[in-house]
Amino acid sequence: MTEPVLSVRDLHVEFASRRGTLRAIDGVSFDIAKGEVLGVVGESGAGKSVTGLAVIGLIDPPGRIAGGEIHLAGLRIDNLPPEEMRRVRGKRIGMIFQDPLTSLNPLYKVGDQIVETIRTHLNLSEQAARRRAIDLLAEVGIPAPEKRIDGYPHEFSGGMRQRVVIALAICAEPELIIADEPTTALDVSVQAQIISLIKRLGRDHGTAVMLVTHDMGVIAETSDRVAVMYAGRVAEIGPVQDVVKNPLHPYAKGLMGAIPTLAGEDKRLVQIPGSMPRLSAIPRGCSFNPRCAFAFDRCRVDRPEPLPRGAQSVACHLYDDVPAESMA
Amino acid sequence: MLAFTLRRAVQAIGVMFAVGIIAFSMFRFAGDPVNQIVSIDTSAAERAIVRKSLGLDDPVPVQFVRYFADAAQFKFGVSYQFRQPVAALLMERMPATLELAICATLFAMVFGILMGVYSALKRDTLLAKLFQAVSLIGISLPTFLIGILLIYLFAVTLGWLPSFGRGEVVKLGWWTTGLLTVSGLKALIMPAITLGLFQMTLIMRLVRAEMLEVLRTDYIRFARARGLTTRAIHFGHALKNTLIPVITVAGLQFGSVIAFSIITETVFQWPGMGLLFVQAVQNVDIPIMAAYLLMVSLIFVTINLVVDILYTVVDPRLRSTVGRAA
Repeated sequence: MTEPVLSVRDLHVEFASRRGTLRAIDGVSFDIAKGEVLGVVGESGAGKSVTGLAVIGLIDPPGRIAGGEIHLAGLRIDNLPPEEMRRVRGKRIGMIFQDPLTSLNPLYKVGDQIVETIRTHLNLSEQAARRRAIDLLAEVGIPAPEKRIDGYPHEFSGGMRQRVVIALAICAEPELIIADEPTTALDVSVQAQIISLIKRLGRDHGTAVMLVTHDMGVIAETSDRVAVMYAGRVAEIGPVQDVVKNPLHPYAKGLMGAIPTLAGEDKRLVQIPGSMPRLSAIPRGCSFNPRCAFAFDRCRVDRPEPLPRGAQSVACHLYDDVPAESMA
Repeated sequence: MLAFTLRRAVQAIGVMFAVGIIAFSMFRFAGDPVNQIVSIDTSAAERAIVRKSLGLDDPVPVQFVRYFADAAQFKFGVSYQFRQPVAALLMERMPATLELAICATLFAMVFGILMGVYSALKRDTLLAKLFQAVSLIGISLPTFLIGILLIYLFAVTLGWLPSFGRGEVVKLGWWTTGLLTVSGLKALIMPAITLGLFQMTLIMRLVRAEMLEVLRTDYIRFARARGLTTRAIHFGHALKNTLIPVITVAGLQFGSVIAFSIITETVFQWPGMGLLFVQAVQNVDIPIMAAYLLMVSLIFVTINLVVDILYTVVDPRLRSTVGRAA
């Protein structure tokens, strides 16, 4: 098996606050292979975005990576000195943020922002960088790129701006793209275009993609594998068909039950009762136990560790005693 | 763009017209100017001649139109105390005031921006906290007190700098400058600091607050995610966005610098327009007071206009909205 592009092992992220240390990420592990799209889903505050920021090294004080390791194609990057980590950002890891309207500096032409990024990472002349910027804008589907390159961000629509942001993220051919809710701020019709663009770019360049979203539809459409996060931990991770069709973790079951389908219109959507605990009040044992219909004594005492079940991996005591072979 | 500039220019003329009415009405309400000119034992006949020569027996609207037409050509009448044309007096004093105001503004901008950027980027250092403390003093101490303290320290106690006047000046055509002689430069230091200190602290606090605000925005986070150097992020991206409000404030403050120079010029006996104005007030020299009012308004209105136009140069978003509105 080839080495994964991104390998996260037992990651812990903490935020120091007035009322003590809050643990936003509590032992998260996952891999992303070359050309693979990993979807990361979960409710707001589950730690999806923080995981993405930790990978690219943008956790700001009072937050810090408190434990674990992050490897990018074999290189450990979670403890790199700031200047070396800066060279990794943009060059080897590209990032796309949620809101394209505020991601671009309003005072600079989009072309200048792309050229600046290209020349920071690649040894190109001004003209060569500009030609590359035009090619990039064409690749992300901006019509008349040789004209639009001299436009200011406010002259682009939301969807077009997100395309510019994507062009900026891929301008140095990164091995990994982290897309943090790239479609949340966009119209539904534009969402599909942006998703297929990210998918196509990942396929064409063999780029690994970490797609953070709370939209299960987007995940089902795009991802090869999916990680379901809950309260700073990975509840379940596995191939997208398996997790969507046959979720194991009660929380994942609840999430999949909450997806509306065209077929079963007369059925009420399933709701997961309660809400996710605050970081300052994570319950003992399994963090999902107060909301779980299947919870038993052990769930309130012991924290379940992720264990492989077929192609999936699930952190739930329900599967403790079942031998892996019988799960087929 | 042109339409925008024209519209603003028309508004500016409207403002100047209103100021003209106020300046003119000073003549009507500040006592009989004839009494200011003649001595107590001047006969009634002679007074009538003076009155006629000044055009004071014409109907008020006629006087106003004449005053306004003259003012538009920079003819402000004759000073009661100096018996010289006011325009010539003002022109003679203007270089001193402008040099002082420009130096004070440059001082305020350079140090204000440097200190503001530093205290935003190195928020927790001792020096940044010192800047914050000093800026509080600069904002709360009145100008005249700062001037007197400086004189006490550097002129009286240490004897390094002259306590009053402009030093030796050099004539360049009609313009006189103190910037070319050592004594002129030495004389400029304390008044410029006194006059600029308030603006400096204002700019410093503004730059600091704006910079902290900008550093929190998404496009700065995205710039970091793109791996740009810290230098490019701070000085290329953050500072440019910070400077938009700073331009406005610094520009508008230039008008108040000239207006406030009255106090500084009085403290340092600086031979500028402000000192001339204070003397005019003491002697009820209305032509000078009215002309000074018009001059300062003209400067304010012009600066406002320039700031509006500068805005559109710096911020591309305004360019298109202005274009659309026009």
